Amino acid sequence: MNDLTKLTLIETIEGLKAGKFTEKELNNAYLEKIKELNPQLNAYLMVNEGVKGIPAAIKDIICTQNIQTTAGSKILSNYIPQYDATVINKLKNEGVGVIGKANMDEFAMGSSGENSAFGATKNPWNQSKVPGGSSSGSAAAVAADLCVFALGTDTGGSIRQPASLCGVVGLKPSYGRVSRYGAMPMASSFDQIGPITKTVADARKVLEWISGPDEYDSNCVAEKFKFQNSKFKDTIQNLKVGVPKEYFGEGLDKGVEKVVREAIDKLKELGAEIVEVSLPHTEYAIAAYYILMASEVSSNLARFDGIRFGDSRDKFGAEVKRRIMLGTFALSTGYYDDYFAKAAKVRTLIKQDFDKAFDPAAAGVDVIVGPVSPTVAWNLGEKVSDPLTMYLSDIYTISANLAGIPALSVPCGFSEGLPVGLQILGKYMDEETILNVGEVYEQATQWHSKRPDLRFKI
Amino acid sequence: MKITKDQVKKVAKLANLPLSADEEEKYPEQLSAILDYFDQLNSVDTKGIEPTFNVTGASNALSEDIISSSLTQEQALSNAPVKKDGFFVTKGVFENE
Repeated sequence: MNDLTKLTLIETIEGLKAGKFTEKELNNAYLEKIKELNPQLNAYLMVNEGVKGIPAAIKDIICTQNIQTTAGSKILSNYIPQYDATVINKLKNEGVGVIGKANMDEFAMGSSGENSAFGATKNPWNQSKVPGGSSSGSAAAVAADLCVFALGTDTGGSIRQPASLCGVVGLKPSYGRVSRYGAMPMASSFDQIGPITKTVADARKVLEWISGPDEYDSNCVAEKFKFQNSKFKDTIQNLKVGVPKEYFGEGLDKGVEKVVREAIDKLKELGAEIVEVSLPHTEYAIAAYYILMASEVSSNLARFDGIRFGDSRDKFGAEVKRRIMLGTFALSTGYYDDYFAKAAKVRTLIKQDFDKAFDPAAAGVDVIVGPVSPTVAWNLGEKVSDPLTMYLSDIYTISANLAGIPALSVPCGFSEGLPVGLQILGKYMDEETILNVGEVYEQATQWHSKRPDLRFKI
Repeated sequence: MKITKDQVKKVAKLANLPLSADEEEKYPEQLSAILDYFDQLNSVDTKGIEPTFNVTGASNALSEDIISSSLTQEQALSNAPVKKDGFFVTKGVFENE
């Protein structure tokens, strides 16, 4: 039999339906591969040998009933949730099973996976490189074919950036599209759960499964995402694509820029109209984001008191402590107006930049495209001692979280032998257009079919 | 914005965050560098701009007060490090002051 782990989600569903293989054969193929490759990659913190259904990797910040959920933190090393997150309930209803809990930066704080209390995940393309973060294990597991698909969370780029660095598809849905109930909150006004997959069609399928209103998440009021098969399906003729000049300035690696510009040329060749747009407040996004996020973190992580569950607060790792400190400071008497309130106003300006670009009376673009990450995957250990440099690597992803809009990372080529992602940003609640554009591009280029050489013995 | 070692200690107390001696030494410089970076927001004109705290604009979501199933006492206590007679054991509230 062919290697079942190479199949996409859509192909896996079809294969099961047609009786080409059984769920048991499918899960055994993945479990065997995990057994061989996970000791090197450290993509999984826990593997569920008794998995049934379509095997998915779940970021370890998402609660799974009776399955250990650590959020990559020592403070939760013995925590076993008594309930499933809403997204897990929805996946189970569709016949999906949890094959393992994916490694991650502690409490989703990090851009390299190195902040996990249980060791860094390695990039399957080059094991001396980081896989990106914070959904490090989720992206590495998909890239190495250790699951059919994965769930991650994206607060400032934590789905898209590792997807880009590992050469797979990552979707951050609009804020409010997917219930956050059961995902441990990091920064509640930004957090979204989303899929990391082998193809764009797979991401669309997972979004259909996990989206929809939930009485346990008051911000999740949007309709279930339902594929409408409407605009720009199979063609991007007359699609208006905005290219923000601020996303191609200083700090963008030349090799990454070349690959992303080639991708934009490809969109043009496929019939899209390319126009330059301006998102003038981009340079302030990191400062605004890190103030608001750290403030929300300091409040959210106050629940870890070691009384009802978990260990004592001295068990938090360095980055988590740093953000709790920053947030507590930004919210403290005398500094609130200078930091938190100011950042919330800058957030409004960043949101307005996007509103103008998408406004038919102004630039009127259908989507905005650019790089996901300013560089390809960097060396393990390279940025760990310098938190600010690590924060700057989020420059192109955090604006979508500030504005609440959906964004997709699609593989678009290689630089220095490492994958590069194209970011496609859309209007609030318009996942359909970015998925269609991503799929047309993907089918025309086939970058997604490239897989790292991991020398797995079949 | 420079933050001193004393301020670091004060913020750590507010955050109920025990710091190691090493962290107390390291944080003033690290946090000051990040706060310096934040200072660039001062150059943005935000006069008349409303803050955005939540992009959905939702507030005060209310629901009917209906009794529904929930965790059992045993389930709720299953992760507690210390419990007694079916309750959580907490630290004394007035013992620190």
